[in-house]
Amino acid sequence: MSKPPDSVTGDTEAPPTGAEQAPPESPGDQGRAKRRVVHDLWLSGTEAPVDTGRFTDEGAQEMLLEEEAAVLAGQRGTLVVDDYAAGVEPSTEQTQIVNMGPQHPATHGVLRLQVELDGETIRRVKPIIGYLHTGMERTGEALTFMQGPTNVTRMDYLSPFHNELAFSLAVERLLGLEIPPRAQAIRVLMTELNRVASHLLWAATTGLDLGALSMMIYGWREREAVLAFFEKTTGLRMNHNYIRPGGVAADLPDGWEEDVAAIEETVLAGLADYEGLLMENPIFIERTHGVGVITPEECLAYGVTGPLARASGIDFDLRKAFPYSGIEQYEFDVPTTEHGDVYDRFIVRFEEIRQSLRIARQVAETMPLGDYRSEDRKVTPPPRARLDQSMEALIHHFKIFTEGFKVPAGEVYEAVESPRGELGMYLVSSGGAKPWRLHVRGPSFANVQALPVMLTGSLIADTISALASVDPVMGDVDR
Amino acid sequence: MTTEPTEIRSPGPPYDDLASRFDSAEFEVSHGQVVVRVPREDLVGFVDAAKDAGFRMFIDLCGVDYLDRDPRFEVVVNLLSLEPPRRIRILVGVPGDDPTAPSITGVFPGADFYERETFDLFGIEFEGHPDLTRILLPDDWVGFPLRKDAPIGSVPVQFKGSNKVS
Repeated sequence: MSKPPDSVTGDTEAPPTGAEQAPPESPGDQGRAKRRVVHDLWLSGTEAPVDTGRFTDEGAQEMLLEEEAAVLAGQRGTLVVDDYAAGVEPSTEQTQIVNMGPQHPATHGVLRLQVELDGETIRRVKPIIGYLHTGMERTGEALTFMQGPTNVTRMDYLSPFHNELAFSLAVERLLGLEIPPRAQAIRVLMTELNRVASHLLWAATTGLDLGALSMMIYGWREREAVLAFFEKTTGLRMNHNYIRPGGVAADLPDGWEEDVAAIEETVLAGLADYEGLLMENPIFIERTHGVGVITPEECLAYGVTGPLARASGIDFDLRKAFPYSGIEQYEFDVPTTEHGDVYDRFIVRFEEIRQSLRIARQVAETMPLGDYRSEDRKVTPPPRARLDQSMEALIHHFKIFTEGFKVPAGEVYEAVESPRGELGMYLVSSGGAKPWRLHVRGPSFANVQALPVMLTGSLIADTISALASVDPVMGDVDR
Repeated sequence: MTTEPTEIRSPGPPYDDLASRFDSAEFEVSHGQVVVRVPREDLVGFVDAAKDAGFRMFIDLCGVDYLDRDPRFEVVVNLLSLEPPRRIRILVGVPGDDPTAPSITGVFPGADFYERETFDLFGIEFEGHPDLTRILLPDDWVGFPLRKDAPIGSVPVQFKGSNKVS
């Protein structure tokens, strides 16, 4: 490294040809040595970062040097042996590095992609995340188990019910708490309707990215029907804090069966429209067929779950494999396709909307009577009416909402099938009223990581299509 | 920390195979979930063997700081077997005075971001990771905020360029 990299592109002046450059003994050692430079500068008490000329203003977040073979493999998506892109050889032509995002309408939030281009062909992609990091895992440690759902519901803001459900399931497993059948059925109803809303929004924004402007309007229109029902039930359109440890916050409103039936009718009619609008549209097919392909092996290696994995042919759904909240009582199919491209992801998600509506209809038909939350007084506050009559009930209510309830020590991992894949919560309790550690396994985090696999070797124009099909929610990625 | 060992859903052969191959691995069933404690030096070998035994999907990797315990840190790896559907959770103790762990990116490339996140928030260094840099926090952040001894509240928020003002 005789010459420092250009501070704008972060690239060396010319890629080494490889033959005269001796391969490094261990890429890992070298990577660590480089990181050390940054560290020592700061830990030795310096007032300001010393300008080494090696980093851009964003710090060391640059494309790594060409001799970092292992890193290159990651950024080229060639770590898995069977990769289709393994044949992509670095060109000796001049390449350029382009930043897409973080402020870009097609990145669905503050995702930044560093793309190295050879003409119009993508040589490398590096997703750079963290722009929306708000330390929610640490915040979770400062809130009681009772307050926890308020925090986690804001992570994946397009599927808040799934966040709350995963958290509540983890707490309940530690407590060994039984949930009444009606509460379980309400949870299934809300999460499945949430899947419908999330997929509709995804279809709308992806349609917009692909130039189908009407799709944008249609998707939001149908989603609004679902959100109106959420508002009626929980009081809020998003970030509901409705599913809580012990059950749900309130019973369903009067006339909810008619609302669910109306949602089903509206969305199914809309779905027929979308398919007529998109699926046989030659422009749409041209932009989605064979774009952003990921193979089943790559899905396994990179932890890609949910509709992406199912579009690649992995027949796996947590609702079937590890049923939660009594979802095994309802009949539904898990759609899979085999090509793993953007078009197949449309097929899978549209079919999932149908299946979720099917589950919602079954829930509406078989909704059991009973409590909507556990009657375990250790976890559930006393009924409102009791507070006027009993001093003890008032104290009890006060204690639960100020101190919270204690959860036995232990650690559990609970996962639910969110619209984006496996949403897991790893919860460690030390026996107090607050979690010792709350880790969220966000599906978007793993899916964004697999973007290099999907994009390498394709054209720059396909980036938008592939990225939109991943459906990343940055609140979930950065937490 | 005491967890009540309970019966697992269906004890299957994958666990038995692994248990017989690694004497050092301690299996336990906690809240119906299979947990195995593995010495730090065996982590990569164990993960590799688990992959061969059917746990082919990488799910999660994170750190936990127990502060008063010895070893202080724990690295938690979650793997998934699709057929039959099984999970395995691998716990690796990492001492506080030597916070390093072997990287499993060679077995599962998907561990890349997760190990970077764990390094970013806990300061656990993964040996053999090709690009161990901060991922969620800015590169010039000082300290590791998810450690239990990291201060919260009443600390000036670190922003880039704030040093230039004074």
